[in-house]
Amino acid sequence: MQNINAIFKKEFRSYFNSPIAYIFITFFLAISSWLFFRAFFLVGQAEMRGFFGLMPWIFLFFIPAVTMKLWAEEKKLGTAEILMTLPIRDYEVVLGKFLASFGLLVITALFSLGLPFSMIYLGDPDGGTIVCGYLGLLLMGGAYLAIGLFASTLTENQIIAFILGISVCFVFLIIGEDFVLFSTPDWLFPIFSYLGLGSHYSSILRGVIDSRDIIYYLSIIGFFLYLSTLSVESRKWR
Amino acid sequence: MIEVRELTKSYGPTLAVNQVSFDARAGEVVGFIGPNGAGKTTTMRILTCYLTADAGSATVAGYDVLEHAIDVRKNVGYLPESAPLYVDMGVVEYLKFMAEVREIPKSQRKERLRAVIDICGLEGVIQKDIGELSKGYRQRVGLAQSLIHDPPILILDEPTSGLDPSQTIEIRNLIKEIGKEKLVLFSTHILPEVAATCTRILIIHQGELVANGTLEELISQVQSEDKVHITIRGTEEAITTKLKELDGITGVVHVKTDDGVVWYEVTTAQEGYDAAGGLFNAAVQNGWNLVELQQESVDLEDVFLHFTSGQSSGNTPATKLSREDISTEE
Repeated sequence: MQNINAIFKKEFRSYFNSPIAYIFITFFLAISSWLFFRAFFLVGQAEMRGFFGLMPWIFLFFIPAVTMKLWAEEKKLGTAEILMTLPIRDYEVVLGKFLASFGLLVITALFSLGLPFSMIYLGDPDGGTIVCGYLGLLLMGGAYLAIGLFASTLTENQIIAFILGISVCFVFLIIGEDFVLFSTPDWLFPIFSYLGLGSHYSSILRGVIDSRDIIYYLSIIGFFLYLSTLSVESRKWR
Repeated sequence: MIEVRELTKSYGPTLAVNQVSFDARAGEVVGFIGPNGAGKTTTMRILTCYLTADAGSATVAGYDVLEHAIDVRKNVGYLPESAPLYVDMGVVEYLKFMAEVREIPKSQRKERLRAVIDICGLEGVIQKDIGELSKGYRQRVGLAQSLIHDPPILILDEPTSGLDPSQTIEIRNLIKEIGKEKLVLFSTHILPEVAATCTRILIIHQGELVANGTLEELISQVQSEDKVHITIRGTEEAITTKLKELDGITGVVHVKTDDGVVWYEVTTAQEGYDAAGGLFNAAVQNGWNLVELQQESVDLEDVFLHFTSGQSSGNTPATKLSREDISTEE
């Protein structure tokens, strides 16, 4: 636990020691707010649906950018050699790094709270859906982070980690879309519709917190963190 | 403290470490030398539990590297080659992080931090980011990192590469100092460094451990015969006959004759026979005009070449062979 905490602090601080965190937060807020307000003034309704609806696609490009360096850089610089010869277990490092990137996501989400507060000021939005929206956003973001982290363990090139992260997230995002499900064979239909990152998100957005959706995201996160640990351990495989 | 038994590791078809076995105890400074790609780094990585051996076993500080990797790592300070550090961290921030993951109790952290900053001479750079430091200072921060938990075993991969001569000497002295109580295993390319600091030398070549012993032991292994170079002014035939008649002399090789001066390489296989002294007496008795008399000494370089020059069929290193080749041509 102490080790996870130490890794978390180190990685979290390194986001803020470098321009990454500031650029991430600024551009994320700028782009999402602009897209949101553009639609908001057209529709003229004080609700956050549009904002949350954009998130799967904005995250697709932003999240892998946050995770791409987590392992790729360690491998490239060789710092992984010191890190992995410390008395820490591989999964502790993986968890610490994941939590640090999740921390950045939470900070970003906090900064975006300006939007719902301006909605409350301008009208009377449904508080329940906003809370659910944020919960969904964090869960989905966590799943993207876990996938991006896994992609980063596979290579020492950050660009490859970034593209790979986007690709895997993209696949998981679209397999749940009606457009894809329409053309999938019957036997794959339930699997795809369950695995799709987007469909669970939209069901949370509706304001219904179903334990199945939460379990789904937690298991996606757990699964990719497990894969990351395996990937980190693979240097030791005979 | 380190016991290695028939350690073997290959990367695909390349055999990086082949059946390496050795022991090392506390109070030893063990120098690990060998040509590039000989398997030094791989061996160190296995001992620090970064990689896993294909076969064989290794015990570090009493713990098996496979079964108790965490306990092994707790007892080892490791500096990988070229000191990879987080360039975006400050020097103190980095060392604090290391102290934390090394589980040094909070109350002692400050004290340890101070200690390694003093030992490694980091006082002048504590305000800086690691990214701003020169290669030598990064190396020192790397060393500080490996010392922070005061480990009983220190494994250093080329700790003096990139340092200036005075820093090199400092680090060597430091290694010697630490090696009085602890076990230091370090690799290097610089042979005088090994001769100056190590109590024991391991030479690894093409993945195999080809030599293991103190400098004196290795020298005596290489020096199977005593060789003396003698240069005399005079006529070649007469001197050659006389030299060959001398007791205890087993080989007389005429190297060259130049301007009335004759060069010889004289060898003796007789244990304890003072060939140089015998030759000097012969010169006095025969009234030779002695130009030069030199006892050939074997140093670590010869030892290194002897053990790493490919085929170990002949007892002579590559450089020596070439010299004899020239002499037979004449």
